[in-house]
Amino acid sequence: MTVIGWLQIILFCAIIVALTKPLGGYMTAVFNGERTFLSPVLRPIEAGIYWFSGVDDRREQHWLTYTVSMLLFHVGGFLIIYGVMRLQAVLPFNPAGQGAVAQDLSFNTAISFITNTNWQNYGGESTLSYLVQMLGLTHQNFLSAATGIALAVAMIRGFSRASMRTVGNFWVDVTRTTLYVLLPICVVYTLFLVWQGIPQTLGDYVEATTLEGAKQTIAVGPVASQVAIKMLGTNGGGFFNANAAHPFENPTALSNLVQMLSIFLIGAAMTNVFGRMVGNQRQGWAIFAVMGVLFIAGVVITYWAEANGTSMMHALGLTGGNMEGKEVRFGIVASSLFAVVTTAASCGAVNAMHDSFTALGGMIPLINMQLGEVIIGGVGAGLYGMLLFVVLAIFVAGLMVGRTPEYVGKKIEAREVKMAMLAILVLPLMYLGWTAVGVVYPAAVASMANAGPHGFTEVLYAFTSATGNNGSAFAGLTGNTLFYNLTLASAMFVGRFFMIVPAMAIAGSLAAKKSIPPSAGTFPTTGGLFVGLVVGVILIIGGLTFFPALALGPIVEQLAMNAGNVF
Amino acid sequence: MLREIRPAIVLLLVLTAITGLAYPLAMTAIAGAIFPSQAQGSLIERDGKVIGSALIGQEFKEDKYFHGRLSATLAPDPNDSTKTVPAPYNAANSGGSNLGPTSKALADRLKEDVDKLKAENPNAAVPVDLVTTSASGLDPDISPEAAEFQVPRVAKARNLPDDQVKQLVASNTQGRLFGLIGEPRVNVLALNLALDRVAAK
Repeated sequence: MTVIGWLQIILFCAIIVALTKPLGGYMTAVFNGERTFLSPVLRPIEAGIYWFSGVDDRREQHWLTYTVSMLLFHVGGFLIIYGVMRLQAVLPFNPAGQGAVAQDLSFNTAISFITNTNWQNYGGESTLSYLVQMLGLTHQNFLSAATGIALAVAMIRGFSRASMRTVGNFWVDVTRTTLYVLLPICVVYTLFLVWQGIPQTLGDYVEATTLEGAKQTIAVGPVASQVAIKMLGTNGGGFFNANAAHPFENPTALSNLVQMLSIFLIGAAMTNVFGRMVGNQRQGWAIFAVMGVLFIAGVVITYWAEANGTSMMHALGLTGGNMEGKEVRFGIVASSLFAVVTTAASCGAVNAMHDSFTALGGMIPLINMQLGEVIIGGVGAGLYGMLLFVVLAIFVAGLMVGRTPEYVGKKIEAREVKMAMLAILVLPLMYLGWTAVGVVYPAAVASMANAGPHGFTEVLYAFTSATGNNGSAFAGLTGNTLFYNLTLASAMFVGRFFMIVPAMAIAGSLAAKKSIPPSAGTFPTTGGLFVGLVVGVILIIGGLTFFPALALGPIVEQLAMNAGNVF
Repeated sequence: MLREIRPAIVLLLVLTAITGLAYPLAMTAIAGAIFPSQAQGSLIERDGKVIGSALIGQEFKEDKYFHGRLSATLAPDPNDSTKTVPAPYNAANSGGSNLGPTSKALADRLKEDVDKLKAENPNAAVPVDLVTTSASGLDPDISPEAAEFQVPRVAKARNLPDDQVKQLVASNTQGRLFGLIGEPRVNVLALNLALDRVAAK
């Protein structure tokens, strides 16, 4: 660990803190339907889209209608991705002549992208045509991100409204998020990325003759436009197999810093949106603080572990940290920071191979995902995930003093707590359940790349990442098999929608309640005690759920590594 | 509920057309006009032929060139398409080794490469980035220490004084952005091109 390394981490945190409030203000205006500086250009387009699609932007929806609209929207998204993947051989923009993608892989990828997971069982440059990258993947990168944000806004409205039957209009929220937030940032961001060196072309793969006379085929494509949204929308699905470690997806230290910032940007700003909409920005900053504490703890451990290197490297006299599976331009610090950022948020892009991290360094990304990706989290998903934990924490606080708990003016009652528990319990059911199957079913066991406890961690990581809709991997695991394509798809589906529906039920039930003014007995939710309580609840629930599984994977591997064992 | 069916279809198609076609195609046109070189992949030509990309590493095995990181990229086995074979710096199939911290395969590989490098240059410590695979298998850079380590071999193969080669390394070393962001590094292809230019004089 070096001083300059810590300075890079501090710089990253400082920029995120500085951007949270201004972007939060802008996004609040967008969700409230107010005029923004982009309205003169975008409002006519927006109105035209509503007219053409038959959307009445003044009509609001009940939470159930809102949720059903969201589900219908995803059925269509699924069909588009599945269709273009199966038909890519006969569709245009296919200069590399990629053949039709297999049924199970297409199914897995379609589920993966509508759930904002972007798990890569496909190898971008070796499997997909440019049309699939654009029409299949880039489009769903936008829409699954916009959906996550819309749902979070609907949930915030549940807290901020009183005695109302509606939580907003899904079609309006998705359209406004796409047009006013995601697209404008992506246009500027894409040009920045191309300037840094990311290709943006529809031309053929390049045939080069190297200095030593060998042939090298260099895959290119419309990369920058996809990388911009895959980071900003915390999607994470790469244009290339190596994702953001590929020099064409992340060419410089500057592009790397900006990519990390863009992963956190919207998720961080959503905490401010929450504060503004419930009428007290300090409520937002308290949630931001909970996330910040957990994030920094993760960064410290991963950076320490990776800078320390592995026992086998020490034995050979190698210093300078664990560089296996890392790029020189990022080095130890930017690779460690990226790994924590991408798993704290539900992005899943990687700029280093997590499979080759040290046991403890790789355990932090795993824990981040198992905590439900509430540390900033996926765009929107992070906030509604965190609000579920807040509901539980407030409930626990209420039990301690024997009062009906309340949060930002709303009573938290049995229905909300049951729904929050349902959403939180469904996640371990998926990743622990499928991991148990994955380590005994013979066809699945054959997919492990590493032996010993590391192989177990590969399987646990895969199902955790899928359930959490993250998409990063211990990529040694061969995921493109019938077993993994189907089981991972089921984990992604349940992890996304079985969390959304209870969250929306909470939103609907809260919106209908009266708002009660704070009294002397109200637990203050803007101070250090509240932050500590929420952090405690997250760690206790998380720890009780997955500590036994971690003990069999990274923890025993760290002990084995210290003892000099190899497998 | 039924009135949600029309938006579910029409709005989806409209937004798909905007984000999946209009946006990437417009960005391709604009980026191609403003940054034509980067948009095509930062390609380098010598004598009218494309010899690679400034951002993509390529394999160097000869003594007279500086060598890059180890690459774990694969290619389909020409004899059996269900299998893969090692194909270092395959820029059409990026990827890492994915070997973990307790992997015996990794331990054996590290030992073999460290021994080889120690034999080549017994006077310097072996830099860790010369014996580890990169994440993409296409890392264009090595650390300044890794370049320094190879100076005696390259100088000998080219009959150049060590100091001259060291100077080339120094002039091809990029520092941190603003002295803070990223890591110091040497682009291997750029350095080798500079070496070839010296030899041509």
